[in-house]
Amino acid sequence: MLLSVEDVQRIATLARIAVPERDIDRIAGELQAIFGLIEQMQAVDTRGVEPMAHAQDVVLRLRPDAVSESDRREQFQAVAASVEAGLYLVPKVIE
Amino acid sequence: MSWEVVIGLETHARLSTVSKMFSGAATAFGAAPNTQASAVDIALPGVLPVANRGAVERAIRFGLAVGGRIHDRSIFARKNYFYPDLPKGYQISQYEQPIVTGGTIRIGDGESEKQVRLTRAHLEEDAGKSLHEDFHGMSGIDLNRAGTPLLEIVTEPDLRSADEAVAYAKALHALVRWIGICDGNMQEGSFRCDANVSLRRPGEPLGTRCEIKNLNSFRFLERAIQYEIARQREILEDGGRIVQETRLYDPDRDQTRSMRSKEDAQDYRYFPDPDLLPLAVSASWIAEVAHDLPELPEARRARFVEQYGLTAYDAGVLIAAREISDYFDALARRLPQQAKLAANWIMGEVSARLNRDGLEFDRIPLSAERLAELLARVADGTLSGKMAREVFDAMWNGEGSAEQIIESRGLRQISDSHALEQLVAEVVAANPAQVAEYRSGREKAFNFLVGQCMKASRGKANPAQLSEILKEALAS
Repeated sequence: MLLSVEDVQRIATLARIAVPERDIDRIAGELQAIFGLIEQMQAVDTRGVEPMAHAQDVVLRLRPDAVSESDRREQFQAVAASVEAGLYLVPKVIE
Repeated sequence: MSWEVVIGLETHARLSTVSKMFSGAATAFGAAPNTQASAVDIALPGVLPVANRGAVERAIRFGLAVGGRIHDRSIFARKNYFYPDLPKGYQISQYEQPIVTGGTIRIGDGESEKQVRLTRAHLEEDAGKSLHEDFHGMSGIDLNRAGTPLLEIVTEPDLRSADEAVAYAKALHALVRWIGICDGNMQEGSFRCDANVSLRRPGEPLGTRCEIKNLNSFRFLERAIQYEIARQREILEDGGRIVQETRLYDPDRDQTRSMRSKEDAQDYRYFPDPDLLPLAVSASWIAEVAHDLPELPEARRARFVEQYGLTAYDAGVLIAAREISDYFDALARRLPQQAKLAANWIMGEVSARLNRDGLEFDRIPLSAERLAELLARVADGTLSGKMAREVFDAMWNGEGSAEQIIESRGLRQISDSHALEQLVAEVVAANPAQVAEYRSGREKAFNFLVGQCMKASRGKANPAQLSEILKEALAS
């Protein structure tokens, strides 16, 4: 698979990374190299092998349903950029 | 030529755990902003999620209740998107391997019965809340809701009208409350639906669908689907094409409007969450949960028909909510011979009174035990129907037990045979023509005479006893 300029722009948009026009070719090349590695892995015959979701063959540990955390809003919000009435304030976004 | 409507629903049911899906923060509704948002919920660097056993247990309960398959292994995945109320930049959900697949929900009753097939039910976490009121041109973020456990329940495209979609949503709503996995509070957003709607000519492949998001009342669900059906029909009949998109329902204008088209569709780039190992559910755990499951609505409906001789319709009405059916069950157990009377009272007087007072069934001021005492007095003839309603009113208003009210208001039927004999003698003497008619074989005259005696007693005569005494008097 060969990455187009549009592919790179789309990936950048999804990742919320600003990529200047002049860097696109260079980044496309770097991503292409990563794709090369993926292609190499995909060339391995994995028929009949069940995919693993995790590198270790162990299962999830569960915790009992109980409240163990208390209110630490004041500490957490001490490092927030902007706070009002207990809310974190962020630049306005409306979908 | 007619169009066939095809609808599938996705429902988010907030699970009734006390703590969050992946943190030990509380989930109580209505707390001050950000006081129930832990380091995990606000995604501070270095934190790790630990899954809530109670949430998984509720998903198992649901899988059992709908007859679905509960998988011994399921996988948590990251659904990536950027929004300020999603602090991690991804929502933890289940994608390729959900905990539950398959199962069915029955809708309708009798002849119009239908099994709606479920595709899957998976565990995920809720996002926080964005408040767009003016904070000096900024948005306010409350992360109390972030990380609250949800079960997303997805149907096959089996629904064929807005009515069916609402019937399904109501049946699902009743079920999740019945098995105690969700409080079902729609105003608080505990139960929200997305509807996928498309039209096609009967027999043809599925048409292009539009998804209507975040419908948080049965009424909005119905109206939004109806609007969407009309909108798509108009486009198609004008020779146009439906554009696949996500739409929002605006209840003030009663219409749907485009939110984003397929081109802008989010690319969520799902992948297995490396922070979470595969979720294992053992057969013994499933058996344990199954053992603790309450009698399910369908089983109870069948039992009401079998045990109490109710019609399928009446039984269907009574299982609409667990509280109603529990109440009926308690009432009918005390009056096994009068189950139909009990059912009629619940669907009639009791429902009407709850409606009038704006109460839900779980807030009923009259216990089944108390109501049973009243209905027993109806069944044994102490009270006429009219008297019973008067006593019921007084009981509802907390004036005491049926016995107390019957005594204090002098509502007891006249069962004193001497008094009844006297009353009958007077009526017989006053109506010689009807008496003669009866004696010549016209049974109808008897009812007239009973009526006259009842009138003379101002409705208080015990009907069974009265009838017997009148018969005797007429025979002599």
